[in-house]
Amino acid sequence: MSQWFMITLVGKDQIGIVAKITTSLYECGCNLGEASMLRLGGNFTIMLMVAYDGTDQSLHNLLKPVADKLELHLHINSIEGQLHQHQIPNVRVKVYGSDRIGILAQVTTALAKAGFNILDLESDVGGDNAKPFYIINIEGFATAGIETVETVLEELSSQQHDLEVKIEAIETVVM
Amino acid sequence: MAILDLLIYPDVRLKTLSTPVRVFDEKLHAFIANLEETMRAGQGSVGIAAPQVGYFERIVIVDVSSKQKIKHHGRLILINPEITDWKGFKIGREGCMSVPDYTGNVIRAKNIHLQALDENGIEHEYDMEGYEARAVQHEIDHLEGLLFLDRLVSRRHDLFQRKCY
Repeated sequence: MSQWFMITLVGKDQIGIVAKITTSLYECGCNLGEASMLRLGGNFTIMLMVAYDGTDQSLHNLLKPVADKLELHLHINSIEGQLHQHQIPNVRVKVYGSDRIGILAQVTTALAKAGFNILDLESDVGGDNAKPFYIINIEGFATAGIETVETVLEELSSQQHDLEVKIEAIETVVM
Repeated sequence: MAILDLLIYPDVRLKTLSTPVRVFDEKLHAFIANLEETMRAGQGSVGIAAPQVGYFERIVIVDVSSKQKIKHHGRLILINPEITDWKGFKIGREGCMSVPDYTGNVIRAKNIHLQALDENGIEHEYDMEGYEARAVQHEIDHLEGLLFLDRLVSRRHDLFQRKCY
């Protein structure tokens, strides 16, 4: 009986990474679940749920040759996860400002204080080396309501004048 | 009245192009009553289109009046609806009773001008915005055999901006 594993792969970006990894998994009868695959700073990163009828060691042995060939770091964890566990985000937060250390720590500490559960976070550095700027886009679930999140972010904005902070409710239309 | 069975993706019948309603009779009224009951039985559902229950005529019901602080027209029976004008666009999150356990971001027009007949064949025109306009666009897509899955955009296409401190 198969169980779920989380496969992590990181390495220098090149054409064909996803095709070669997923073909290897397919040929071994693995069923893929949710995934995040993204180029970050010239690296390609994969976090991939895989249902596999075997141990983490045998899955590792199966993928190691193709990961080595692609010069990817490979890590595998057996997980408790299941499919169909989606939580619908109800609040979106965007923050940007001149890049400096501590922005994400300050923002997410405030959000955690407000009972905000992060479901999806992406951050990026734009501008150039002389004047970089940092931008964060977060979707999550405000367990104590959007007003509580607004309060902590107003407090954050009043202390950190260099940050532009925007918040909005996500209204999901279900039909 | 009765709750009708919903077609659930990947049922290929959801790809069917629906035909205009020609006859406005008691049979139509009875179907609309059942369609509305089916919509109201869906958790949080604010709209339904006839093809979602395997009836391929251009009939839509939308009622977003349960949402607070938005402009809306209340309960709407929209027969043979046509969007005749669009203005602006916005990304918003959508879900669908025919696509369980999945929501995604879709670009829709912010404002629409809509022409539609009611259940008695009388023509009406509506100017709609925001949430209600999004619901109507989603439902009219069903009449064309389209699902919101056909219109998903990447999270990196984010265009939201509302409140600034």
